[in-house]
Amino acid sequence: MSEERIIVTALGRNKVGIVAGISTVLAEHNASIIELTSAEMSGHFVMVMLVDISKIDVSLTGLQENLNNKGKEIGVQVTAQHEDIFRYMHRI
Amino acid sequence: MFSKEEVLETFEMIHLNGLNIRAVTLGINLLDCTDKNFDKLNANIFSKITTVAERLLAESQDIEHKYGIPIVNKRVSVTPIAFLLESVVADISQKEGVSRAIQVAKTLDQAAEKVGVDYVGGYSAMIQKGWTSGDIALINSLPEALRSTERVCSCVNIAETKSGINVDAALKMGEVIKKTAEKTSKNNGFGCTKLGVYANAPADSPFMPGAYQGVGESEATINVGISGPGIIRMIVEKSENLDFRALAEKIKRASFKITRVGELIGQEVAKRLNVEFGAVDLSLAPTPAKGESIAEIIKAMGLDYCGIPGSTAALALLTDAVKKGGSMATSFVGGMSGAFIPVSEDASMVEAAQVGALSIEKLEAMTSVCSVGLDMVTIPGDTSSETIAAIILDEMAIALVNNKPLGVRVIPVPGKKAGDKIKFGGLLGSSVIMPVSKFNSSKFVKRGGQFPSTIRSLTG
Repeated sequence: MSEERIIVTALGRNKVGIVAGISTVLAEHNASIIELTSAEMSGHFVMVMLVDISKIDVSLTGLQENLNNKGKEIGVQVTAQHEDIFRYMHRI
Repeated sequence: MFSKEEVLETFEMIHLNGLNIRAVTLGINLLDCTDKNFDKLNANIFSKITTVAERLLAESQDIEHKYGIPIVNKRVSVTPIAFLLESVVADISQKEGVSRAIQVAKTLDQAAEKVGVDYVGGYSAMIQKGWTSGDIALINSLPEALRSTERVCSCVNIAETKSGINVDAALKMGEVIKKTAEKTSKNNGFGCTKLGVYANAPADSPFMPGAYQGVGESEATINVGISGPGIIRMIVEKSENLDFRALAEKIKRASFKITRVGELIGQEVAKRLNVEFGAVDLSLAPTPAKGESIAEIIKAMGLDYCGIPGSTAALALLTDAVKKGGSMATSFVGGMSGAFIPVSEDASMVEAAQVGALSIEKLEAMTSVCSVGLDMVTIPGDTSSETIAAIILDEMAIALVNNKPLGVRVIPVPGKKAGDKIKFGGLLGSSVIMPVSKFNSSKFVKRGGQFPSTIRSLTG
């Protein structure tokens, strides 16, 4: 069910182009965004995406590297983690 | 989908409060390596470890990336080596036996290096009620084995609730600890950091130096040690106005979440290596890094320093809440499961010792409500082996009466006196030499023999 879904998080100062930048990297590798939400929390911009990676054309590590690089370029911290870590921590 | 708050909480735990998996330890049964031919025995041990643990590092690293959670230490633990020495030391002199034991330690070290793990545990003996030729060879070899190897750790179990305490073994271990410190005097007695003396040593601990693959375990098992003092500290700091009941509730919730990560990682590593998933050790383990500290949690509860009046109660509340929250989160709890209070590995604990807030006697009291025991305590180099044996006996007695695992890992630092500062480096940190009673316990410990098991053992 959650075998090939990841949560992508971007955290930093709000500015133009964060969602666009991250989405572009995902699209380039054929990763499909299932849900997207963003907000200002404690003075930071937070973006959370649920992403289907079942058809990506790189390894998860490769995708993570590209997302990190894009994050550095835009000036936000990007993490991409398998969905299960959130499921284990926040759902019983 | 998860809420932003949930995702952010996980982010904060990992990136701001140092949530990580402290140790993934692969326990390996070595009993099938036994051979009367000594060279064959060594070859068997090397081959078994390097085969079973071959993919431990690579798979663990891949899992770290997948879940975005660091696994700080990857380790191997093995069947107590004294068992394997039995067949190769029986008919030779004690000196030759010691030399063979040291050779096996070196084999373990080489195997650990080959598979890329930082420690291998299980250079151990179980001597709670007596000793055999294999045990004796191993114990006599310890000072040189720990000096001449890098990754080998040893736990020696000298007491069990059911058997009582082998007091002769306590005396012997007092001597072994002194000799090990002297052999590694150039590095402040570093050899002693890899040696623990235990009561009720659990067969499935992921933490060093206590880890070994006990009899009754599977062929190979993954045991996981979680971390997370930073998260609990943050929660306690944010809960300044809560009473104890509400505070315990907060700690329980956090402990649940931390332990779930251990459960997830343990299951996945075990699945990928095609071995059994053993247990999650619920112990909160500090590091010398700022904030990753049990003493800081105790301070955040409202005490000036860890070690002052109130500290034992604070630690009791913390340990209990961590266990209650954690036990719900994993399919199997194992190891020590409590809170670790290793002095040198916890910067705030060292500070408390430096200002005189924390004494060995208070540490001893605190071990009655947590686990692991007197851990990474640096003491004056001229402390006698009998005094060390007496310190060991006190901890063993607490373990027996409370029916729980406890250990002693003290380092009598050669040439140093109370108040001197020393450095081990890495996860082992820096420390200050803590004063030890100047009065004499030797007549007491030299009574020797078997200290009877307590009435607690007469259950059933």
